Amino acid sequence: MSLRIVVTVKYVPDATGDRHFAEDLTVDRDDVDGLLSELDEYAVEQALQIKEAADDDAEITVLTVGPEDAKDALRKALSMGADKAVHVEDDDLHGTDALGTSLVLAKALEHVGYDLVVSGMASTDGGMGVVPAMLAERLGVPQVTLLSEVKVEDGKVTGRRDGDAASEQLEASLPAVVSVTDQSGEARYPSFKGIMAAKKKPVESLDLSDLGLEAEEVGLEGAWTKVDEATERPARTAGTVVKDEGEGGKQLAEFLAGQKFI
Amino acid sequence: MAEVLVYVDHVDGAVRKPTLELLTLARRIGEPVAVHLGAGADAAAAVLGEYGAVKVLAADASEFADYLVAPKVDALEAAYNAVSPAAVLLPSSAEGKEIAARLAVRIGSGIITDAVDLEAGAEGPVATQSVFAASYSTKSRVTKGTPVITVKPNSAAPEAAQAAGTVEQLAVAFGEKSTGTKVVSRTPRESTGRPELTEAAIVVSGGRGVNGAENFSIIEALADSLGAAVGASRAAVDAGWYPHTNQVGQTGKSVSPQLYIAAGISGAIQHRAGMQTSKTIVAVNKDAEAPIFDLVDYGVVGDLFEVVPQLTDEVKTRKG
Ligand SMILES: Cc1cc2nc3c(=O)[nH]c(=O)nc-3n(C[C@H](O)[C@H](O)[C@@H](O)COP(=O)(O)OP(=O)(O)OC[C@H]3O[C@@H](n4cnc5c(N)ncnc54)[C@H](O)[C@@H]3O)c2cc1C
Ligand SMILES: Cc1cc2nc3c(=O)[nH]c(=O)nc-3n(C[C@H](O)[C@H](O)[C@H](O)COP(=O)(O)OP(=O)(O)OC[C@H]3O[C@@H](n4cnc5c(N)ncnc54)[C@H](O)[C@@H]3O)c2cc1C
Repeated sequence: MSLRIVVTVKYVPDATGDRHFAEDLTVDRDDVDGLLSELDEYAVEQALQIKEAADDDAEITVLTVGPEDAKDALRKALSMGADKAVHVEDDDLHGTDALGTSLVLAKALEHVGYDLVVSGMASTDGGMGVVPAMLAERLGVPQVTLLSEVKVEDGKVTGRRDGDAASEQLEASLPAVVSVTDQSGEARYPSFKGIMAAKKKPVESLDLSDLGLEAEEVGLEGAWTKVDEATERPARTAGTVVKDEGEGGKQLAEFLAGQKFI
Repeated sequence: MAEVLVYVDHVDGAVRKPTLELLTLARRIGEPVAVHLGAGADAAAAVLGEYGAVKVLAADASEFADYLVAPKVDALEAAYNAVSPAAVLLPSSAEGKEIAARLAVRIGSGIITDAVDLEAGAEGPVATQSVFAASYSTKSRVTKGTPVITVKPNSAAPEAAQAAGTVEQLAVAFGEKSTGTKVVSRTPRESTGRPELTEAAIVVSGGRGVNGAENFSIIEALADSLGAAVGASRAAVDAGWYPHTNQVGQTGKSVSPQLYIAAGISGAIQHRAGMQTSKTIVAVNKDAEAPIFDLVDYGVVGDLFEVVPQLTDEVKTRKG
């Protein structure tokens, strides 16, 4: 039996660019470059390592829910070494919130078939860090999340979760949902060969009807949450910057005392 | 008045400060009912009552420690069924967000994470979020179901308001699927004696400019003189100079102290994402062009090895 790994990847606006809200208070995707959420590269990397270590065959599918351009994120993951891709794309998805995203992803996972789902720790735009837990809940499979180390062997996933209070060693049987942190190991760069090969790899497109979902269940209209207001914060007014001429520490102390911190 | 469930973050009944902040915010939208899981509910009840909990729903079972997250969702769901609250509030810790996520799916309710403020509104609680590395501030609502909202530490000053805080036992039936992820072993973190990073009023952080694990003692000395927590940039953490639990930023802790001091940190967007909401920002960096200077209330262009020890000495002298 081959191990079916599905990596969920998100297409996000570039964090180093000027991110904005559109008029309907969803993320403006027209004016900014998008890319594969950097934190999902770690998920792709761990999936590749799990596949490389697997005794039997393993196959990696990358799955995204997003607009037309989200194919870029799939291409990047394919060029890193994933085998095939699934793109859930539908105009009615515009404005979907976390509950809706997890619903669509769960349906798509059931459609594709999986033994192991690997996600990032959080997206670099919404950054909620909730989708993997929601997937586990929806799919009714174990949640093995926020791992800095992960291993899959004999139908079991084990890993280390470094929390605030303690570091925990976790174990669950497959099928399971895993999420990995940026401590799990640097992601590889796509090779030239990988980039060329990616062009030939299959990308399956699915829409809501393929997943048996209605438009009202997702999108802005179906969302469980509503953004009423988005205001750009005024840039912080530039404070005092002094050059250290030997008294910099003392001057700083004077400032801190003035602010009642000392 | 409508009841509001507040998930209690505690260590064996020692309630952590973010929970007192949650109770304070919960009173703006209803009557807080605290949910205390694990040992120590009786000890916790006194302080929970002092901060406005009319009731403490308590459950203790080995499942909470032996399996990841899901058993706590079972308990919160039981509390939700017992109370039918107007909202459920949890701390925005990694675990708090995961519990919130699963509960939201179970009860079919919308979720808002990382709120930095909470207000009563005509159509239910309105949450303020600080998004895109704090470049935007948004106001959002949950429109379906019972709002499940996680709140960042330091979002409100805890205000006492005595209430009964009566402990009631909560009966929890654990789902078969809730014991799927076993916690095989747990290695507790050693306490440094310094304040908790996300809760501290002052944070002193060091970056690549600190140039070595041994030099972090300079950062720690300043932190100790100010009673501050110690943070680090990812560059310092990746180099192995300081533990990952102290990382500030997008993939580390997000902090919002009264005062943030960055030494030898350039101010990359991912670092800023975790500290930009600090009230007062101070930086020491030898490069006058470093982006961190765009954020500061006070900056010193200089060598941290000169400036920071001088500052520490001066703080100690002034504090006498
Ligand atoms: C600034 C901002 C604030 C938001 N606040 C809220 C809010 O408070 N409540 C709310 O319900 N929604 C909110 N949203 C919408 C929400 O972020 C998205 O609906 C959604 O994709 C899920 O959350 P996330 O991106 O934060 O995912 P996270 O939970 O942070 O992502 C974790 C992992 O889930 C997977 N994943 C997430 N989205 C996708 C996708 N589209 N395709 C494939 N895999 C995916 C990836 O593996 C990712 O690494 C917000 C969006 C933005 C941009
Ligand atoms: C997906 C992703 C997530 C990330 N998450 C985080 C995160 O959570 N937190 C985080 O911090 N980063 C994060 N990063 C990394 C981030 O992009 C930067 O690389 C990092 O913040 C740089 O750390 P630094 O400022 O310490 O190092 P540098 O950028 O190298 O800056 C070092 C600074 O020290 C100064 N300096 C050197 N010597 C001295 C001296 N003697 N005295 C005074 N100043 C001196 C230099 O002038 C320079 O400005 C993330 C990156 C990615 C891609």
